This record gives sequence, structure tokens and C-alpha cells, in this order.
Amino acid sequence: MTNSIADIHLAEVLLVTGSNTTEAHPVISLEMKKAVRQRGAKLILIDPREIELADFATLHLRPRSGTDVALLNSMAHVIIGRGWAKEEFIAARTENFDALREAVKESTPQWGEDVTGVPAEMIEEAAQVYSQAGSAAIFWAMGITQSSHGVDNVQALANLALLTGNFGKPGSGVNPLRGQNNVQGACDMGGLPNVLTGYQQVADENARAKFENAWQTSVKIPSKPGLTVTEMMNGVLDGRIKALYILGENPMLSDPNTNHVKEALEKIEFLVAQDIFLNETAQLAHVVLPGVSFAEKEGTFTNTERRVQLVRAALPVRGDARRDLDIICDLGQRLSRADAKNSSDAIRPVSDWNYADAAAVWDEIAALTPSLAGISHERLDPRGIQWPCPAADHPGTPILHKEKFTRGLGKFTPLVFREPMENPDSEYPFTLNTGRILQHWHGGTMSRRSEGLDWVVPEGEIQINDADGERLGIASGEMIRVASRRGEATGKARLTDKLPRGMVFMNFHFAEVPANALTGDAVDPVAKIPEYKVSAVKIERI
Amino acid sequence: MIKPDRIVATTCPYCGVGCTLNLHIKENVVYRVTSPFDAPANHGNLCVKGRFGYDFIHSKDRLTKPLMRKDGELAPAKWDGALGHVAERLLEIRDKYGPDSIGFLLSAKCTNEENYLLQKVARGLIGTNNVDHCARL
Ligand code: SF4
Repeated sequence: MTNSIADIHLAEVLLVTGSNTTEAHPVISLEMKKAVRQRGAKLILIDPREIELADFATLHLRPRSGTDVALLNSMAHVIIGRGWAKEEFIAARTENFDALREAVKESTPQWGEDVTGVPAEMIEEAAQVYSQAGSAAIFWAMGITQSSHGVDNVQALANLALLTGNFGKPGSGVNPLRGQNNVQGACDMGGLPNVLTGYQQVADENARAKFENAWQTSVKIPSKPGLTVTEMMNGVLDGRIKALYILGENPMLSDPNTNHVKEALEKIEFLVAQDIFLNETAQLAHVVLPGVSFAEKEGTFTNTERRVQLVRAALPVRGDARRDLDIICDLGQRLSRADAKNSSDAIRPVSDWNYADAAAVWDEIAALTPSLAGISHERLDPRGIQWPCPAADHPGTPILHKEKFTRGLGKFTPLVFREPMENPDSEYPFTLNTGRILQHWHGGTMSRRSEGLDWVVPEGEIQINDADGERLGIASGEMIRVASRRGEATGKARLTDKLPRGMVFMNFHFAEVPANALTGDAVDPVAKIPEYKVSAVKIERI
Repeated sequence: MIKPDRIVATTCPYCGVGCTLNLHIKENVVYRVTSPFDAPANHGNLCVKGRFGYDFIHSKDRLTKPLMRKDGELAPAKWDGALGHVAERLLEIRDKYGPDSIGFLLSAKCTNEENYLLQKVARGLIGTNNVDHCARL
């Protein structure tokens, strides 16, 4: 998020798209409702489903799945055409405006209606409400990014915020709502193929040299970015990847095209899983290393507003399990000892992988990462700090891009609308959409072992529209089969008027009703995020 | 009412909002979760997962021993054997097929410190940038 949870209620207009906030980020949805109910903010909701937030929306736009860029381009067309753009802001703080104007010249509201199904007047009204607000904040989640053109979607949203000067002030900004509790942190820590900590590029020679010197290891960090998850799975199948080390994840349930992942993990020469449960992925491993839960460890998580916060050990470690940090340090010691023995470059000492505690590991991170340099565990007690925090006396940064953008000027990105990779057709006439529900989490490893949560929602349902159900002779509670070109899943049908006709909705929390057996491998060409929200499927009674 | 032995403030393990949790503990069991009103991200609000989703901590399914595959089956092992085997196999595979034949999946559920150290293993000891996590997922 460019802005903070604490300033959501200051927005005059909220534009929420691709986020079922009340289910996936419940506490943030409370702030949104507060803005609407208590402070009279207007909510523009863009979502094909009638989700709970629709009750709070001034405008609810329901585009056909996968047509986000068309809708947003069309809004940009209206804002520019009507003279609602903030010219001063555009002149002072942005570049490439002409390219955007050119790109959306033909994207009239009528064209927008033809492509997305949203009435032209509604597109105009949304453009007006968003652009006329003193402060307007955009929020999105996986509904925007899990697409074969997710990066385009995000840039189309950023274009709107740039057009209207909605950056760098309270109640504005572009605000992705991160899914997992520490997705933000995993990215910040270099958990991506192309960057080290704090998004320092592996391609940058100086950055590499800095880390190599600090780490004192005998191998060099390659300058070429590595493979993404999806590419690694493909790499196993084509023989490039021989070993995988998987920390606390269950790609068997969470990755697209489950059958493909299973094939890969069964084939791989050496698989290590470090986890707290013997999940579907760990069951295939050659070695399983038992770590501990959040309640038994020290460290930090970074939330969606970039706030680094403390995790404190509340319970002793169980049985023979070990703290994850100790496991990784032990492995590091073993590898570096072996490496030192084999190394021809014997003069160079290897780092000893002895850290007193998690705080000491953090100090190493801070020393190597300018945006985190001012943060220490001590300073995080009790409220955490939002990065960037470059110095020990810096208070942290609740709002990004105040005076200028990280790159200097904000850049408009001209975008061309592209259809999703797989649209419904006569053989597979329905569009499958996937997502989370409130009571469960991800692969269900934690939530399904919590009695209360599993009692409220014990099984995965397949939602279809009332009228579609009637037409096919399917009633709520009956078993149905959903099939795509890649696989199938069976489960109980639930008829609802909250879905548009032609849509099937499944959550991905239940291994017995595996939504991701159906989803495809299509990924965004830049971010490599799979297209989870649009797959063509057919349904039948069984 | 049960009196806790201690209350430990920490951060919710479920979603990216990052609510502050106060874990109430009696005889090393979490029996209640609350949140302080001045918590920075959530002002004392919690959703059903944060407030009630803690049974998994005490689940009987928790792994308590390292496991190694023997004759096709996973069997309990000692730490020294398990980690020794991991280190040995990773180096063997690196030497035979090159560092880019090994991949590391970090975790959006693990701490910053753990993620940092595992990518340090990948980049600094194995010598590969094949480092990713399931955030895109
Ligand atoms: S309590 Fe609910 S909203 Fe808060 S961090 Fe946990 S899962 Fe997210």
C-alpha cells in the first residue's frame, strides 16, 4: 500500500476492485465501512459478484471477467475528455501523459460497454465520482493481479491515480491488499528471483558486491535473475531443476494446475519440505524438517501497509521440532563448512552462521538494506515501523510518494486491452472464478485444524447462479462435477443470486474440492502470476 | 474465569492486515485471543480467524520429528542425519548439475529473518537466484 490502514477513513471516495475485502481482509473492510457509514465517503465497487461490500457501494460496476483494462481505460478516456484530470499535478509530477491520452483516445464509454458489459453511463459516472473527489483511494487484491495481464491491470489503476493527483496525501493512493500475513516481508527479504533485500537488483553489480562482501561466502551471486515458482515446476518436468527446498508452503494445493505440480514433485530427484504439518507437498518430500508455528518463534512480519511488526515466542518448542531460524542456520553452517573444505579460494573466510537471536539476523538485514536501515527489533516494540525507514531517528513512512515518486516522476503507461487467455466457449461455457472465504485460510492447513472454523464451514462448495442451476436442473446441496481442459473437481452445489449468470465460484481451501485442479498455467508475462480468476469450465450433475 | 499465566503480544499468522494478537496462555496452552485497543493496524478489532483460529497450534498433527524417506516411506530420523543428508545432497546436485538445478521456495507465512537467511543460503552458498515464494499465488 502507498498509504496506511489508519487513513482509509479519510478518503472521500474508495475504489475497490478485485478484492472481496470483507472475506479476505476483514479488518480493513471495517475501515472502509466506517468511511462510508460514518464519514459519508462514496464507494465505487468493481466486481462481477455481488459481494458484501455491494451493500455499501454508491456504484457497483459488474464487468465481464478479465476485462478490467478496458473498463479502466474507458474511465481514463472520460476523465481526460471531460477535463477532469488534474493538470497541475500531471505537469509537475508525471511524464508520458501524451502516450496515455493517445492510447485511450478510442476507449469511449460506449466501447467500454461493448467490451465489459458495464453500461456507458455507469462508466462515466464512476469516472466523475472518482476524479472529482478531494481524496480518492484505490484498493485491489488478487482479483486484479491473478490474471494473464495482471501487471496491465495494476498499471491501468495507477494511471487513474496519476490522472487525478491521488498520491502522497491521506486517504488516497494505490493500495494492493496483500494476501498472506508476510507476503510483503517475503518480497522485501529478496524472496523473488530478480532482487536481493529491499528490491536491490541482482543485475546490479554494486549490490551483488555489497552482499558478497558482507556474507563472505566463496560462491558468487549470479547476475541473471532466477526462475519463478511456475518456471521451477516446469523446470522439474523438463529436467533443469533437480532439487527443491520448500519452506512453509503447500504448492500442491495453492499452485495452479495441481496435476502438473504433482507430476513435478513426484518426479524430482530431491525434495526438502520444512513445515509444521505433513501437508500434501511434504508427503512427497525426501526429507521433512519440522519447524514451529508463529506462537513458538521470534522474528518479524511485515503487513500490507509496510509495517514491520514483532512476532514473539509465547510457547516452548514441541517435541523434537526446532525453530525455523535454527534449522536454516544449522544447514548454512553445514553447507559453508563443506564449501570451505572444497574451495580452491581457501584464503576467503566463510561467515559462521552463528546468530545470537532473530534480532541479530535483523541487524544484518538492516545493514544491507537502505530502506530498512533505521529499524531494529528494539525500535519495533510496541507499534512497529513502516518502511522506508533509512535512519535510527527516522519515524517511518505512513504515506509514500509525498513530494516525489521513488523513480522521480510518476510515469503513465499506455495500455492495450487484451482478452483473457481462456474465454468460455460452447464446450466449456462457464467462467470459473476462485477466491477465499472468511472462515478459512489458503490450503486450510491451519484453519481446518481449528475446530470452530471448521464447524462453521466444514466443506468446499461450488457456487453457481440461480438461473443457471435451474436451467441445468441442479439444486443446492446436490453433487456436481466441474471440469476444465486440465482436470475436474466434484462438490456440493450452492445456488446463489450473488454471482452473474455464466460464472462458477470456488474457494481453494479444501483439498477434497480442488479448485486448482481446474485452473490453467497461463501467467502474466511480467509478474508470472497465474490466471486464477478466469478459466473456462463445464458443470454437470452427478 | 481462567487467569492466564501470561499474555504475549504478537502478530496474526493469517492475513496481510497484520492485526496485533494478545495470546492468553495457561499451562502452555493458548485458550483465548484478544487485541489491544491501541494496536496500530486494527485498533482492537479481529476477524474470526485471528480471534478463534488458534487450535492448529496445539494440533496432534504437528510434526515433532524430522522424517527421511527410507524404502519409499517417510520414517522418523535424527536431526544430524536429516540435515547432514540435505546438505550433502544439495552439494552433490550442485556439483553435478550446476547451482541453477536447485530451487528454493521461501514462505509468505514465515518471518522476515527466516526468509532472509534461506535466500542467503540459496544465493550465497548454493549460488543460484532460483528463489521465489507463493505471493503471486
Ligand atoms: S485477525 Fe483477521 S484481519 Fe486481522 S490479520 Fe488476522 S486474519 Fe487478517
